[in-house]
Amino acid sequence: MSQGFLSTENLPFCAGCGHGLIARSIEKALQRLEHLTPLDLVVVTDIGCIGIIDKQFNAHTVHGLHGRSVALATGISMGLSNPRKKILVLLGDGGATIGLHHIIEAAHRNIDMTVIVHNNMLYGMTGGQPSGLTPCGFKTSTMPEGRPDSGMDLVKMVHGIGAAYARRIIAAGDVTDALEEALRVRGFSLIEAVELCPSYGVKFNPGRKLPEITEGAGLAPVLLRNESVEPFHTTVRDNTESLLNDVPVPAVEFGHKLSGKVSIILAGSAGEGVQSTAELLAQAAISCGLHVTKKGSYPVTVGVGFSLAEVIFSTEEIHYTGITGIDAALVTSVEGRDKALARLEKMKSGTIYIDSALYAPGSGAEMVIRDYRAPLGARSASLLCAAHFVKRSGFMPLEALLRALSSSRAGKAVDTDKLEQAVCELEREGGAK
Amino acid sequence: MEKQTAFIDGSRLMIEAAVQAGAEVFVGYPITPANLLYAYSSRRFPIVLPAPDEITTLQWMSGFSAAGRFPVTATSYPGLALMIESIGMAFMMELPMVIMLVQRLGPATGTATCGAQGDLSLLHGINSGGQPIPTLCPSNLDDCYILAAESVRLAVRLRCPVFLLSSKEMVMTLQSYDLSRLEPIERVPREYYSGSEAYLPYAAGADGVPPFLPVGGTGHQVRLTASTHERNASLQHSTPEALENTRRLRFKTEHNLHDYTLYEYDKRESDTLLFSFGITAAAAREAAASLEKRGRPISLLVAKTLFPVPTEYLRIMEGYSRVIIAEENQGGQYREILFGKNGRNGVSGVNGIGRLISPNEIEAEVDK
Ligand code: SF4
Repeated sequence: MSQGFLSTENLPFCAGCGHGLIARSIEKALQRLEHLTPLDLVVVTDIGCIGIIDKQFNAHTVHGLHGRSVALATGISMGLSNPRKKILVLLGDGGATIGLHHIIEAAHRNIDMTVIVHNNMLYGMTGGQPSGLTPCGFKTSTMPEGRPDSGMDLVKMVHGIGAAYARRIIAAGDVTDALEEALRVRGFSLIEAVELCPSYGVKFNPGRKLPEITEGAGLAPVLLRNESVEPFHTTVRDNTESLLNDVPVPAVEFGHKLSGKVSIILAGSAGEGVQSTAELLAQAAISCGLHVTKKGSYPVTVGVGFSLAEVIFSTEEIHYTGITGIDAALVTSVEGRDKALARLEKMKSGTIYIDSALYAPGSGAEMVIRDYRAPLGARSASLLCAAHFVKRSGFMPLEALLRALSSSRAGKAVDTDKLEQAVCELEREGGAK
Repeated sequence: MEKQTAFIDGSRLMIEAAVQAGAEVFVGYPITPANLLYAYSSRRFPIVLPAPDEITTLQWMSGFSAAGRFPVTATSYPGLALMIESIGMAFMMELPMVIMLVQRLGPATGTATCGAQGDLSLLHGINSGGQPIPTLCPSNLDDCYILAAESVRLAVRLRCPVFLLSSKEMVMTLQSYDLSRLEPIERVPREYYSGSEAYLPYAAGADGVPPFLPVGGTGHQVRLTASTHERNASLQHSTPEALENTRRLRFKTEHNLHDYTLYEYDKRESDTLLFSFGITAAAAREAAASLEKRGRPISLLVAKTLFPVPTEYLRIMEGYSRVIIAEENQGGQYREILFGKNGRNGVSGVNGIGRLISPNEIEAEVDK
């Protein structure tokens, strides 16, 4: 190899820093990989002393935010999706804990990359504060008595979640072999390299050596593999179907008797076809050459409680989709009635179609009280009420709604003949009264 | 062409247009009221990935973008809040992407199912340093389609993230819409650096936009960084070259603004200008039409480019003794961005929260 991956002269670290020692081993390990050139390598660095190493690399380098390097590298790895490329992430123990979930996610998906966590057991760049990976007893600037409890076992964690390769080493000498092994893994490999920061670690823990610090503090060297896990593969779908191909375009085959605008609300319960009925009304209106809009509202737990829909029919293009005055309200359940009550009570004109079992709100609107729930069952209460509204108001033919119903998915569950018959009966009932 | 009226929502048009324009990856994290965008994306995008949170979303997108694949996501304020540091990173690294932001009622979790236009102040100052991030805002279904494609084009053209700003009603309300109005969208070409000299990732020409090159290629080394840097991406505290680069990040969006100042200006013989954007523009259009019928015509300006703030809006406003700005928020955020706390003589607002601003309210303000 004519050009190295990393120039290890003039590394930007304090004398004796563990980062420098690991950097020299990284260069040697990369040199050992056959067919890998510097431009086959993408180095992603985090914030912290280790993060400023990127300018030493002759590879592609991406220097991002604190803790996010693994997530950023995940995007690069998924985006390149090329086993001939190596993604190498360099971060410290601070970055590893602020971005812990990124590491867990990448390990779990077995994203093809090698992550080297330079664990010097403190934040070097900001003055030697403790991190989540600081071991028990280790003294830091803001914990001069030493950490009272144990640090996290990162290696165990990423192994537990499915990483192909997870290893902790004590970086006190040449660690090329371990790094080479990790770099050769297909999928996610992580090395936690425990090292010392002379400026703070040595200063606050004078005389202590790495083997003694790590021993018994949960930081003993370990290698954990998950055999035969497949690296993540990015699925790319070519030629997905246009979203405009599967929307129904109803032919305009009916007329209408509307002049101006009609605004209605449908107030019922979840599971009783309120939203689908509102959409059928809209499809029917389109087949009559009308403009129409629809809004739904329901609790965040969509399967229970009220279900409300607002529909506007107009002969003109509709810009503003809010409803100022309600012309008709189709009320088919207690929950719907209660939710819409204030608006129903405010109606000074228009018509309220309401199920006969419900207490009718006091308002200036005309009341049309029928049994909408029994004839076709509660699931079709909203539909029956809407069909009755269409028939009775006469602004568009009932046939338009029936046509929309039969060409919809709901049409398979509801017999259009039965619906038409039920509507006629509701109308007769009204005439008899 | 014969009309082809379908019953559709804005989300469908945005996603269809973004994909036609060349967006390739949708990274999703669910949030109301942006879920329809995710749902349509899952059917339409070549690559769809569920992220575990919104910070990850933006980081994965940045990675994809660095690798040369165009990413999109959709979110609302709580998700945006988590993304902001990473959006700043993508802006600093100069990575093209589109963030579809669907506004809902805040602060904090607020009301997930209630629309709003309350994120303007936040977007205006989203970068530490004040560099604006280009923000387009559809005012109807036509715009949902056109501006989604435009936002992809703009992100590539300016080499930066772009916001496509909407609100709940814009992306969720179903409307009858004539599909024959939609022209097929040309895929935005990606032109990469192809010089023989070493690639300087942040060396820009007169327009302030440096040529792009994805990481991972064998032709040139590519360096990207979120820290203050010189043209070759080397991290620098505050050298003149590095500071010049930071200045360029503002320059490139503002200098090229004429290329993407999008608005509709309906001029009438009147002393009054009605200004609005997004969902409230629909009410403004109805109010203007109704006023005209009543024999009180007013001019209407519907802004579609919100950030950087086009000074053209201010120039147009200078021609009117009365300017009424309608927006669905407390106190008039965009009005304050335009005129400051002091306001301007003759400038007033129609504002509200928790509901759409209605044409009646706007007319009442005009009638005052
Ligand atoms: S402060 Fe510590 S970690 Fe940072 S370079 Fe110096 S010795 Fe290394």
